[in-house]
Amino acid sequence: MSSDVLAVAEHRRGVLRDVSYELISAGELLADATGGDLHVAIIGGDTEAFADDLNRKGVDYVHTVSEGEEFNHDVHVQAVEALHAEIDPEALVMANSVNGLDYAPAVANSLDLPLVTDAVGLEYDGDLTVTREMYGSKVETTVEVSGDQYAVTFRGGEWPAAEGVGDAEIGEFDVDIDTDTGSSVTGFEEVGGGDVDISEADFIVSIGRGIEEEDNLPLIEDLVEATDATLASSRPIVDSGWLPKNRQVGQSGKVVTPDVYLAIGISGAVQHVAGMKGSDTIIAINTDPNAPIFDIADYGIVGDLFDVVPELIEEFS
Amino acid sequence: MKVLVTVKEVAEVADDFEIEGTEVGERYLEYDLNEWDDYAVEEAVQLKEDGPAEEVVAVTIGPERAEETIRMALAKGADRAVRIWDDVLEEPDLLDVETKTNLLAAVVEEEEPDLVLTGVQSGDDNFGATGVSLADEIGFQWAAVVNALDYDHDEGVAHVHRELEGGVEELTDVELPAVLTIQTGINEPRYASLRGIRQAQSKEIAPKSLADLGLDAGAIESELDLTSMYEPESESDATIFEGDASETAAQLAEVLREKGVAE
Ligand SMILES: Cc1cc2nc3c(=O)[nH]c(=O)nc-3n(C[C@H](O)[C@H](O)[C@H](O)COP(=O)(O)OP(=O)(O)OC[C@H]3O[C@@H](n4cnc5c(N)ncnc54)[C@H](O)[C@@H]3O)c2cc1C
Repeated sequence: MSSDVLAVAEHRRGVLRDVSYELISAGELLADATGGDLHVAIIGGDTEAFADDLNRKGVDYVHTVSEGEEFNHDVHVQAVEALHAEIDPEALVMANSVNGLDYAPAVANSLDLPLVTDAVGLEYDGDLTVTREMYGSKVETTVEVSGDQYAVTFRGGEWPAAEGVGDAEIGEFDVDIDTDTGSSVTGFEEVGGGDVDISEADFIVSIGRGIEEEDNLPLIEDLVEATDATLASSRPIVDSGWLPKNRQVGQSGKVVTPDVYLAIGISGAVQHVAGMKGSDTIIAINTDPNAPIFDIADYGIVGDLFDVVPELIEEFS
Repeated sequence: MKVLVTVKEVAEVADDFEIEGTEVGERYLEYDLNEWDDYAVEEAVQLKEDGPAEEVVAVTIGPERAEETIRMALAKGADRAVRIWDDVLEEPDLLDVETKTNLLAAVVEEEEPDLVLTGVQSGDDNFGATGVSLADEIGFQWAAVVNALDYDHDEGVAHVHRELEGGVEELTDVELPAVLTIQTGINEPRYASLRGIRQAQSKEIAPKSLADLGLDAGAIESELDLTSMYEPESESDATIFEGDASETAAQLAEVLREKGVAE
């Protein structure tokens, strides 16, 4: 076994995803601690161009596996397994992204590695300790890994993107990949189009599960009308079919950056925050003083939306 | 075809709570069927109602208390259930992915389903890994974060949408046998009818210990250890408006006017 770190980059439709550079930063920290080299793997797509871009400060090796245009979990699993066998690294690091969810657990199981997902912090003193959240970010936990070799997936947006140009050795890694495996990607589809584009709005009033019932939505619509705002929501409101997909803010919805984002009855789950943290001013109304939304809010009201919102409407009518 | 659907009873933490050791105090927890699994159950039951599935079996890993939750799945239309539990499972603070994989794989071996549906993640510890790890263990194909499923019975292929980031969906064909991890929003989970709840009372929940599943304590050995739990330090520098509803609303209105977004 080596004390190296192997990080697996991500790309989609011709571009590297930001989390790839974050994995490099986190991987570099970890490799500094273990005293090993940092290897970065890129599987599929324009591997040559990607490899040049991934050659950032701190990277020792970039391994390309030129197989396929887009992500396919069977290709990923086979390529990462082969690379792991070759490098025999202490740490295998991957992204806690939707595609990460689709291959990292399979790789970990097949290589018999303990797996810690969605890491938000790391400490290393010979053993790795991972910080991760539970109960919708209301508590943090530390998980100590006692295995010699392990796999960790990292939450996006928690580590800075690696910069600069490194002097990594770049090379194609030869591996026989069986592509006839029973799962094939046939295309992509954009969703959430339609009449409104909430990402253009200056003032967003966004509603979450705190609204409880569809019948209560008119209250929020009245506020939207009184303040001439744009209506948006968290995911459960769209899942329930109360608002169309194009109103959803977050990881799987729209990214918005209004002057003011007013979050009403929204807890501030990481996948929601991913879509609105770039707003200039964030205001939250929530009954729970411990709701994570207050961590990123500039202003807040700890209170019941059914009391506060009618008063707010009054202010503007 | 036979569908196995994994369900988990998850705890939700009250607004105000205390941590005791490496756990949230029991009295601050409220238990419910995991949100993602509710959608997985609905998808499984619809496959039965629409024809292709002959039987839907729900499986959970959990203590006796979890029977209440698994009865929900039965009341919504699952035919019978398996509950895995063993005294040795009480001890660790964290049942890691590997452990859950081993336990569920043993049930798959007994039940021989064609399709396994799991939730994308559980709302309490959100590892988000059990379904795909299980697929690898049992040699099934898989797809993670599925928000549309169209099953072609003649071909034995599931045409699925995987919900990626940023409003993009990936269209994928998956050959059965397969594990699909189900995303919220894929359907509208039903409420259990009174009749369903009554019927669920007489449906079987088979308890399974490690020994029943042909496993020994090695199956639950873990290289992960939950060493601490704490409330994250608030990074908040938010100005919290004080007062009753009308006072706080007035202060908020003032900010909106100041920012020039509302008059
Ligand atoms: C792969 C994946 C992708 C996802 N993508 C997204 C996404 O794009 N967007 C998204 O939003 N989520 C997304 N999620 C879901 C996310 O994890 C959360 O489940 C979701 O954001 C929670 O929505 P919420 O805050 O409205 O509900 P909850 O978390 O249930 O919060 C409701 C809040 O309302 C408060 N409340 C209750 N009653 C009142 C009242 N009367 N007055 C005031 N406050 C009240 C509560 O204190 C609570 O904080 C995704 C999850 C996964 C796994």
